[in-house]
Amino acid sequence: MTTSPSTIHPEQEYFEHLASGRFMLQRSRSSGKFFFYPRVAEPVTGAQDLEWVEASGDGVVHATTVVRAKPPQVSFNVVLVDLAEGPRVMSRIEGLPPDAVRIGMHVTARIGVQDEAPILLFELASRGGAA
Amino acid sequence: MTAPTAADRFPRGKTAIVGAATFGMGESPGLSSMDLAVSASLAALRDVGLTPGEVDGLFIGLPDDFLSGLTFAEYLGIQPRVTDNNRTGGSAFLTHAMWAALAIDAGQCEVALIAYGSNQRSAAGKLVSSMRPTAYEAPYKLGRPVGAYALALSRYMHEYGLKREQLGEVALAARRWAQLNPDAYMREPLTMDDYLRSRMVCDPVSVRDCCLVTDGAAAVVMVSAERARRIAQERGVRPAFLLGAGTSTDHRDITSMPDLTTTAAVHSGRRAFAQAGVKPSEVDAVELYDAFTINTILFLEDLGFCKKGEGGSFVQGGRIAPGGELPVNTNGGGLSCVHPGMYGLFTMVEASQQLMGMAGARQVPGAELVVAHGNGGELSSQATLILGSESTL
Repeated sequence: MTTSPSTIHPEQEYFEHLASGRFMLQRSRSSGKFFFYPRVAEPVTGAQDLEWVEASGDGVVHATTVVRAKPPQVSFNVVLVDLAEGPRVMSRIEGLPPDAVRIGMHVTARIGVQDEAPILLFELASRGGAA
Repeated sequence: MTAPTAADRFPRGKTAIVGAATFGMGESPGLSSMDLAVSASLAALRDVGLTPGEVDGLFIGLPDDFLSGLTFAEYLGIQPRVTDNNRTGGSAFLTHAMWAALAIDAGQCEVALIAYGSNQRSAAGKLVSSMRPTAYEAPYKLGRPVGAYALALSRYMHEYGLKREQLGEVALAARRWAQLNPDAYMREPLTMDDYLRSRMVCDPVSVRDCCLVTDGAAAVVMVSAERARRIAQERGVRPAFLLGAGTSTDHRDITSMPDLTTTAAVHSGRRAFAQAGVKPSEVDAVELYDAFTINTILFLEDLGFCKKGEGGSFVQGGRIAPGGELPVNTNGGGLSCVHPGMYGLFTMVEASQQLMGMAGARQVPGAELVVAHGNGGELSSQATLILGSESTL
């Protein structure tokens, strides 16, 4: 899907895609480069020949932390994931204890629901393991 | 990111800090952030025989007042010719010093006041920040800024094998300096065992890796070198001449940091040192923004005191502690002295007081060349000042 500069609404369109079950990234058609978060122009070049492309969902954990909560609240992880397409995103790894998340793990995106809104999450890729 | 260029023509040694003061460090219940900033400003002006009405260049940024430049002017009934309320986070005040030097050198103002104050501990009991997470990041509920620094630290440990004992050296050195500073907030002994057993906040950052949450205010007065020499003669003070000032910003949120283990201090530092015409090996003391222990290691590397990845071994053996080879954060830093939110101005006050020979029991003997370095956001905005005594001109 291609959008002209005058009609693009980055945040609104991103979350509409997410709500319909698609994790979409923006790419500049001239440079071929992906970026995140969504914007009205490609960083540095300012190119506005942008298109939305569905992400592969493949990524690798680049950095990880456990946000320690006081019981009865539960500690949880927050990660930075490097996507196969290039951009880095903040997210959470589901299906693992928070302190079992390791840098270098291969992960796969999935769209969950939190506070009645769609949220981008990741889980261990089926091939699993470290990079 | 901009490479240093031959066109970088900073007015080296043309301006100087002549007054540098703090006020209300620790807890100051019943005073607003502006009350505190004004009190520190009056102390700094009084040191050099000036009154608020003589201030014609005002530089300020409070955590809870978006228009604090206007509020400050109104509070003291002054009409500055230059009012700068720039906000780059905790590095703002070092960028203020750069602009103040350029403004004084260009004749746009004569007496520049740089001020900060916060009552965050008494009023809120936690860090007061105007940063808000974006819609893309808010759902993950990362505690900020601590979680952002934890992510950077996790990556640094992964790449360079940094040990917690090495981070602990930073915390212990800061505490030992604080024990020499009667104004420091945390002065009880801190052992490596205490450090290693301290509670995790956001792994791998523990509570003893984090800066304090205090009240406090700081202010400095900057004038031309000629006026500084006159004030020095009249009042018997030693000016801290500004030899170089470099700034660089490369992101806001940690997710967009180009390289989690290298900050834009590489650029701000290189330019500031080039302007000053000095090398890190000539520096007598370093005052840098230690919001978290990893900051000290990153900035020592990025400013050129050691190579990337070697910061952990560099700080070992008490090298940055009292009596060590390179005194770092001689007031006790944000970790043990004071941290009222945007700490940057305190690096400038301490650097100036060291050069003025006013630092008491923590005085670095023969301090002639001192670096002050500020950090804003989530390792986002870096600003480096090189300050020197008359002998460095």
